[in-house]
Amino acid sequence: MAERMGFFTDTSICIGCKACEVACKEWNQLPDDGFVFEATSYDNTAALGASTWRHVAFIEQQPVWMPDGDPMSHGGPVPHSGPMSHGGPMPDGGSMPHGGESVFEVGRDGRWLMSSDVCKHCTNAGCLDVCPTGAIFRTEFGTVVVQPDICNGCGYCVPACPFGVIDRREGDGRAWKCTMCYDRLRGGLEPACAKACPTDSIQFGPLDELRERAAARVDTLHAAGHTEARLYGESPGDGVGGMGAFFLLLDEPEVYGLPPDPVVPTRDLPAMWGWAGAAIATMAAAVAASFLGGRSR
Amino acid sequence: MSRGTRERAVAPEAEFRSYYGRPVIKRPIWHVPHMPVYLYLGGLSGASSLTAIMAGLTGRPHLARTARIAAAAGAALGTGFLVAELGRPMRFLNMLRVFKPTSPMSVGSWILAAQGGLSAVAAASAVTGILPAAGDAAALATGVTGPLTATYTAVLVADTAVPAWHEGYRELPFLFAGSALASAGAVGMLAAPRTEAGPARAVALIGAAVETAAASALEHRLGLVGEPYRQGRAGRLLRAARALTVGGGLLTLLAGRSRVATVASGLSLTAGALCTRFGVLEAGRASAADPKFTVVPQRERLDSGAPAPSSGR
Repeated sequence: MAERMGFFTDTSICIGCKACEVACKEWNQLPDDGFVFEATSYDNTAALGASTWRHVAFIEQQPVWMPDGDPMSHGGPVPHSGPMSHGGPMPDGGSMPHGGESVFEVGRDGRWLMSSDVCKHCTNAGCLDVCPTGAIFRTEFGTVVVQPDICNGCGYCVPACPFGVIDRREGDGRAWKCTMCYDRLRGGLEPACAKACPTDSIQFGPLDELRERAAARVDTLHAAGHTEARLYGESPGDGVGGMGAFFLLLDEPEVYGLPPDPVVPTRDLPAMWGWAGAAIATMAAAVAASFLGGRSR
Repeated sequence: MSRGTRERAVAPEAEFRSYYGRPVIKRPIWHVPHMPVYLYLGGLSGASSLTAIMAGLTGRPHLARTARIAAAAGAALGTGFLVAELGRPMRFLNMLRVFKPTSPMSVGSWILAAQGGLSAVAAASAVTGILPAAGDAAALATGVTGPLTATYTAVLVADTAVPAWHEGYRELPFLFAGSALASAGAVGMLAAPRTEAGPARAVALIGAAVETAAASALEHRLGLVGEPYRQGRAGRLLRAARALTVGGGLLTLLAGRSRVATVASGLSLTAGALCTRFGVLEAGRASAADPKFTVVPQRERLDSGAPAPSSGR
């Protein structure tokens, strides 16, 4: 098995150009998603799906000036309502002090958060665990890939993914998701999205190396005063055993549409079968009692 | 950017952040009526197998024959619904391409294949009178595959990231087991002569009680995550299920003396079991559609300093 490869998506340098979305669509020859206007932000892709394997989230956070002159958060990510002195206090999600304060603040001009989301290629992958046909497998690069010639479209992987990544394509009937450009990897090339990214927000490489690079990047950002920077999915100790595609975020994961503490559903599988066993015993006892009790009646 | 509160008129207790109120997870794509009808038919088949065995052993040939036919028909029809549910129905045999213990659907496919085959042999023998020994052996073997068929589906739906299903993994097997018993008891007392159907009525009554108790636990023990079982379409379906199941269960007490009561009870229990299965699917859909159910419990875990460990509980 080759070295485990992965993505490190540094959202602090994402400019929201969506070159990754386009490159992914072109290389993988994915169907279009239709002409959709979401009317929420500069993001009309909305979510990952069967034909969308990279999705650039676009979050606008800004204070809105109220009639009394106080800036208020507007539809924003600020967790507690009420007047704010300067843009709006936000939790930094960490313990890093910032100039003696523990609160990160959105500036007067607001800020834009952009992040290119992708399949996490989990160490403990829910989709792979529950796939009944063996269509989903782990490659020599440690990535998780669906074989379209095996998938029978049972749809079990779709609700089994804690990130809502994989989906069944209507009209095609099979489940699809990011392959981390398995074909390109086998040919010694980097995935199309990473290749196309003009700012190197999407970095591809051996996972161990990416984790070191990401830790250094967080240190740099913290030293520069950006205490809101934090990594998501880099720890092998999390509920999915670490993600093969992890992120540097500038706000809490749920702001980007990511689950804050994902868990692979199969973690509890032994306990589930245990409860099913108890239910089976109940069934057997109920039927036995019905007949043996009924006989004496 | 949405805080989720704008879209929701209810449950003001849950303050949380999300990406424009969009769901975090994908909703289950399984269709109505295929998936819930299969859940009903699998339950009917599994519990009927147990009834058939006990009826045979206690000298009730009509009930035994009826139950064997119900077990075979449930498994066969249910398999049909499952195949129709696939995105690529022609590839249904891929289900038996591997055996994967980590996939309840793979395990379930093998269970259903065994249950379907064995129950068909048992029923064919009972109907034709050919190879009675083989028929009896097959029927006895369905004593293992039957209850597995009725309950593996609870593990299947619980082994997902859908909060209302995953957190209900203790209650769902009992809900499905109770519902299966009620379904099999209902068919048994509708189809077998009243003199032999006493145990079928008892099975139905116990099943209705287990189903009602498990549904109540599911609705009330899961806290926020249990909300989808109480509200909206799922809430209405489960309330209907409870009324039908309780009513049908109580009518079993009169069914020994009245054909009308038997029919009313059997139909009511069947309708209740179907409403239960449709309600569970609806609750799963609602639970996946609202990011609240995904984000709030996970955020609470993180804020309490106890994030999810990577290995089992």
